[in-house]
Amino acid sequence: MNIVVLVKQTFDTEEKIIVQGGTVSQDGVKLIVNPYDEYALEEALRLREKHGGTVTAITCGNEQSTEALRTALAMGADEAIRLEIEPGDDSASLAAAIAAVVQPLKPDLLLAGLFAVDTGSGSVALQVAERLGLPHASAVVKLEVNGSTLIADRDVEGDTATVEVPLPALVTAQQGLNEPRYPSLPGIMKAKRKPLRVVSRIELGPDAAAPATQRLSVETVPPRAAGKRLGGGTPAELAAQLAKLLHEEAKVL
Amino acid sequence: MSINCLVYAECKDGKLRRVALEALGAARQLAADSGAVHALLAGADSTALAEAAAELASRGAAVVHIADDAALRDGAPEAVQAAIAAAIAAARPDAVLLGHTALGREVAPRVAAAIGAGHAADVTAIVTTGDGGDVVFARPLYAGKAVERLRIAPGAPMVISVRPNNLPPAETLPAGAAPGAVSALAYSAPTLWTTVRSVVRKTTGAVDLAEADIIVSGGRGVRSSDGFAPLQELASLLGGAVGASRGACDAGYCDYALQIGQTGKVVTPQLYIACGISGAIQHLAGMSGSRVIVAVNKDPDAPIFGVADYGVVGDLFDIVPLLTGEFRRILGAS
Repeated sequence: MNIVVLVKQTFDTEEKIIVQGGTVSQDGVKLIVNPYDEYALEEALRLREKHGGTVTAITCGNEQSTEALRTALAMGADEAIRLEIEPGDDSASLAAAIAAVVQPLKPDLLLAGLFAVDTGSGSVALQVAERLGLPHASAVVKLEVNGSTLIADRDVEGDTATVEVPLPALVTAQQGLNEPRYPSLPGIMKAKRKPLRVVSRIELGPDAAAPATQRLSVETVPPRAAGKRLGGGTPAELAAQLAKLLHEEAKVL
Repeated sequence: MSINCLVYAECKDGKLRRVALEALGAARQLAADSGAVHALLAGADSTALAEAAAELASRGAAVVHIADDAALRDGAPEAVQAAIAAAIAAARPDAVLLGHTALGREVAPRVAAAIGAGHAADVTAIVTTGDGGDVVFARPLYAGKAVERLRIAPGAPMVISVRPNNLPPAETLPAGAAPGAVSALAYSAPTLWTTVRSVVRKTTGAVDLAEADIIVSGGRGVRSSDGFAPLQELASLLGGAVGASRGACDAGYCDYALQIGQTGKVVTPQLYIACGISGAIQHLAGMSGSRVIVAVNKDPDAPIFGVADYGVVGDLFDIVPLLTGEFRRILGAS
């Protein structure tokens, strides 16, 4: 099986966000592989272990995002491609560029995270699927490949839908799909010798679309202030006090 | 500038979802005085579709297109996408609006790519200047730690998926105003890729987290899956939903589908009751947009108290059942 995984480098989810000069500050921030993309990557490796084939990890990002690809290679991906990012890129321009890189690879399966924990749109992978004419199964929590079909359990707002989709297809990974492995030391050593290719946007030529959205500003959200602390009573008194406040002061009932 | 809009009005179990009315409200805002507002219903239950169409028509949809076809019964995304494509051909909109729901999240990007549109996803606010200026969309970044404002590139079509619970729903037209027209859409089902083998309903009778007005959420402090029982009882009484922190999910106390946070779901209910949740940054990102936050925790130094409007230091297994009793009394009296 020829599997392509889309990977994005993101901030660690415990990072605070600081905006300086209209952009999000990267200073001293811990960068990770987007957690949902890690599930996608892990699933790709498991499928390759079962069915054979190759796993190619693709990211779109700056020089620094090579680290995310090295992590993917250390976990076990066979090769990696870094697609250069352009200022002003949005989901439309990224999807066009990624589709142009993925198409010649002719994957049997395209895997991606359900969304990235930074921008959170969950848009790029599905736009890639649309451009390549691939069906998809999204928010997948269990995946099996059976010949030319995939069978997936999807999380649909808490319910579970089991679907069958023909390959080649896109699958987006939801939490619960698997428990991603940590890169092993030999894996990290081997990763250094695995092929990692950089593709410039100019190479892609006319397939690349222009961005269709424009960011005007980014602002942090002021933190909430702490309110009233109820204390100094029995549990029954505290519960009665809280219920009264929610009913009469906060008016949420 | 007026913008012609098409709203894909999603139904669940035959009923219009509230977010469909919120998307319709956004469409009316974009259309302003001179733009056309069309709506699309897609399903296989004629009676339910007719009822939903009447409601949309009474709330400002000038034309409600109905795609009524067996292919739309299971909610296969490509079947819904084809209905949206047919409605786009009929209505020729500048903007397509829909809810950022499970279905909206998978269909919106594909529609955007198909028509060369800009996709503004998970939109929480829309600002129109009304004098030929831009329409500006606000959406969260980092699960709400920051807000991005964006516009669609001039001349490009728009696909706008709106976050449930954030925009005001479309109001009913004033008395005497003529309701919109209802029209059968020429729909031919595409080749269906997706076969839905089964759907296991785990949330029967329960409210979807993203649309819930009240959420009772548990963390490591619930100590076991049984520990969620008092939370469930309180949520049921209030017509709310149960959520969880990553700690509770990682510990195996509950399904990942309940997880609220930067990984997991971002929620914006009227009331969020955090029980036994310490308040890691990644959890706070997922619930800080709630209108009123209550924290119940044994640890007086838990960071959750820093964002709580009402904090109770105590054992959730004491407090929550007593609180349920108090609410039952209040609700019974009113």
